[in-house]
Amino acid sequence: MMPQSTFMISAVIRQGQMETLRALLRTMNEGVGHADPRNSLIPFGRFDRLHVARLVILEARTADEIKAYGLEPYAWRPTLVFLGDFDGERDSFLAELAGLAGPGLVKIFSCCEGFADNPGQLLQWLKEHDIRPKANYINWIGRTVRQVHEEDALHQSLAACLPGIIDAVGRENCRALRQKLLSHVELEKQAGRLSLTAPEPTPMGWKIRNLLHKLGIPLILLLVSPLFLLGSPIFFWRLRQLERSDPDFFIRPDRDHIQELSVQEDRDVSNQFNVFGDVKPGLFRLLTLKVLLLLLDYSARHVYNRGFLTRIRTIHFARWVLMDNNRRIYFASNYDGSHEAYMDDFINKVAWGLNLVFSNGVGYPPTRWLVKGGAEQEQKYKYTLRRHQLPSEVWYKAYPGLTAYDLSRNSRIRQGMEIRQESDAEIREWLSLI
Amino acid sequence: MKNPTDFDFHDLQALLRFGHGQLTESCFMLLNIADPAAAKEWLRRAPVSSAKAVSPIPTTALQIAFSVEGLRVLGVREEVLAGFSDEFIVGMTGDESRSRRLGDTGKNSPEYWQWGSDPSQVPHLVLLLYAQKDGMTAWRETIENDRFAAAFQLVRVLPTDDLEDIEPFGFTDGLSQPSIDWEARQSTDLHDCDRYSNRLAVGELVLGYPNEYGLYTTRPLIDPHEDESAALLPGAEDNPSLKDFGRNGSYLVIRQLHQDVPGFWQYVDREAGFVPAKREQLAASMVGRKRNGTPLGPFVAENIPGIAQNDPVNNFTYEDDPAGHKCPIGAHIRRANPRTGDFPPGVTGFISRFIKMFGFGQRRPDEDLIASSRFHRLLRRGRNYGPILPPEEAIKPDAPEAERGLQFVVLVANISRQFEFVQNAWLVGTAFGGVQHERDPLLGGREPLPDGGTADSFTRPDPAGPRQKSCQLPQFVTVGGGGYFFMPGLRALQYIAASSLTGSDKSS
Repeated sequence: MMPQSTFMISAVIRQGQMETLRALLRTMNEGVGHADPRNSLIPFGRFDRLHVARLVILEARTADEIKAYGLEPYAWRPTLVFLGDFDGERDSFLAELAGLAGPGLVKIFSCCEGFADNPGQLLQWLKEHDIRPKANYINWIGRTVRQVHEEDALHQSLAACLPGIIDAVGRENCRALRQKLLSHVELEKQAGRLSLTAPEPTPMGWKIRNLLHKLGIPLILLLVSPLFLLGSPIFFWRLRQLERSDPDFFIRPDRDHIQELSVQEDRDVSNQFNVFGDVKPGLFRLLTLKVLLLLLDYSARHVYNRGFLTRIRTIHFARWVLMDNNRRIYFASNYDGSHEAYMDDFINKVAWGLNLVFSNGVGYPPTRWLVKGGAEQEQKYKYTLRRHQLPSEVWYKAYPGLTAYDLSRNSRIRQGMEIRQESDAEIREWLSLI
Repeated sequence: MKNPTDFDFHDLQALLRFGHGQLTESCFMLLNIADPAAAKEWLRRAPVSSAKAVSPIPTTALQIAFSVEGLRVLGVREEVLAGFSDEFIVGMTGDESRSRRLGDTGKNSPEYWQWGSDPSQVPHLVLLLYAQKDGMTAWRETIENDRFAAAFQLVRVLPTDDLEDIEPFGFTDGLSQPSIDWEARQSTDLHDCDRYSNRLAVGELVLGYPNEYGLYTTRPLIDPHEDESAALLPGAEDNPSLKDFGRNGSYLVIRQLHQDVPGFWQYVDREAGFVPAKREQLAASMVGRKRNGTPLGPFVAENIPGIAQNDPVNNFTYEDDPAGHKCPIGAHIRRANPRTGDFPPGVTGFISRFIKMFGFGQRRPDEDLIASSRFHRLLRRGRNYGPILPPEEAIKPDAPEAERGLQFVVLVANISRQFEFVQNAWLVGTAFGGVQHERDPLLGGREPLPDGGTADSFTRPDPAGPRQKSCQLPQFVTVGGGGYFFMPGLRALQYIAASSLTGSDKSS
């Protein structure tokens, strides 16, 4: 199994370069905010292990909200982030990036601070400006871009030849149907029109690190749990105190802002999503957030790595990143369906989970005991999310038209073909997927 | 708990409670305001029907709704208008992104609409007139008095005909409606609604009342100290110092949908190999009901709240048909109302709920793909138009062409979460419930996806294994017009009629 990794290159945009940069990034798109896979700056389509990628200009549009806490907004200079999710190791991917998109990246990052001085050392610069997420979610750990494409081609090929086979043997005879489909695939493979590459062996280093992480985190938590138990009355007392006194925001997002966001949406079955905002002031909130992100990251890595994040089944990749010396949080995701459907899923299915993390952000609807309230206040929650949302300048997804559920179905089709199916019921179930 | 007789029905327009089914004649008039002062004068005396039940049933009815521009022309201040939802303020066609979401692209694109194609083309108000058989002429004469003639300019009359509850394709129509919980008997708590219920919180349809989240939908609230004419408005339940302009009002969504009846039946007939029984079967699968209204979804033994247990056309859900063997996943009525609860089937107690809450215990890989229905319900008040054409006639190559269709009218409290969500995620969404390459078989457009993928098939899951697939569906329904309107409560209507015209001068 080939595990996935992430990168996120972050650099402050040079004074006066904003419009040049925006115009430059626009040349990469074929639709509003949607990348042309063959664009000359970063030809995303040529990276055969890149799932999704985007370029976003992080602006502190909601920085003033912190005034409600009696604080002056922290200074923030607009920052370009370039992030993506891919198969394999980070270092080799960054090297590939510098190799295949070197001139384009130089052009883009020349608009940023500290780059013009040493354009010769692109790779080194990329590595120095790479920020790791505090929590990361992958819909299906180990599913590679190659696998996605091969399984999609398999599904399409089977779907195209099934009607002819039904005409020949009838729809009732499921064993004959299966046999003919399997022969079809064999022929296609031999003709080089289909390939189903076997999964690569899991890298040993990753296996060991993963195991250590899997066991280590619970062990550490177990060790500190007595402390936490002792401290919990104080923790919850303080939490309730803060939750009661947190300012309550009910600010309607600006219509032009929504327009700017929605113009990018619903052009594919999937959409991109960025939110960026301040972490609530004080050490208490920051530590709470860090612990919860650790738990989230742990469960995403070891529990929710097979197509669902609690009840949400529409997220391909998501990450939570602390920035600006832990004063701000950036969340980026790739999800299926419309924005409204995504919001409603959050509210109706996992309000509690969202509250855990995001209630530590400024502007979030008030919570009780970290999990209650919050996103359950539908309108307030939708306003706050839209207000903190930022557009992507450029967004790329390697498999347009396919939802996360489509990917898992295609995998089931392939598995059903590769294993021996004994019962008619199993075969019929498999045939119904095609 | 409220007594039903306690509800403020006399301030509510009747359409929110009654469909005026016995008033078989209707006339939907789209109007522009020619003279605002005269219009207000007329509105003050307009015989608008209230929802208070009277006996005998009235022989005529009148309902009124305004577009945002209509309210503006009548002098409602911008600060007040800003309290409405963005969808209403921008309009159905004001924004290309909204059109894309609603599937108003290709042949449905607003540029081809006969009315409402851009915000400046949206009429100022819509009058819905209802009368008993042969009573419309007299009712229109009463309504269209001299003052009316001075006040309004008739933009268009949307055709409607009495097709006796059969929509133009030939199916019994208007069978499924939410049962409005006027007495607020049902909890809206996120932990109390695991299963499908047909009972719906008043606030999902009427502004100023708690919705299915137990919250009040955003609407214009007015400080009576700043605006004395607001004194006549009801108070806001969630903000007692303010007056509620939205209370007892609702958003009224209209879309004129042309139906290509010969096109539909000729396609279905061809696809069914010209075998009448198969033709009926395929058509029923596309709709999700037989022509007489019998649902394909399996009846349920236990009681669904808000549906009579012996109701032959509504006592069903899709819980026992997860694969779609009885009613295809993509069938029209399954898309329009998937009858889902807050949790997938199988939550019986605390433990199973806990397991499901964390995403585990799935019985099928395609479980839990569809959102909970209660947040996405519509109150339908549409009327059909066009000459009846039975399927047996429609399949003939020389079937008479005619304008046929539906004046689709729904009432909702939240246009984006209800109408737009249903239209986008459920009806025109190509990934609804895990389907691929298909939109609603009846009213979806057939444009390919931006990545080139097709979206013009319809599949019927089959217990034998391979799904039965119909390809290259033509487009059967085309949008011909539409708009978002606000149907005020009766006191709010008086407020509109009383608002000073100088207000609009100040803000413009």
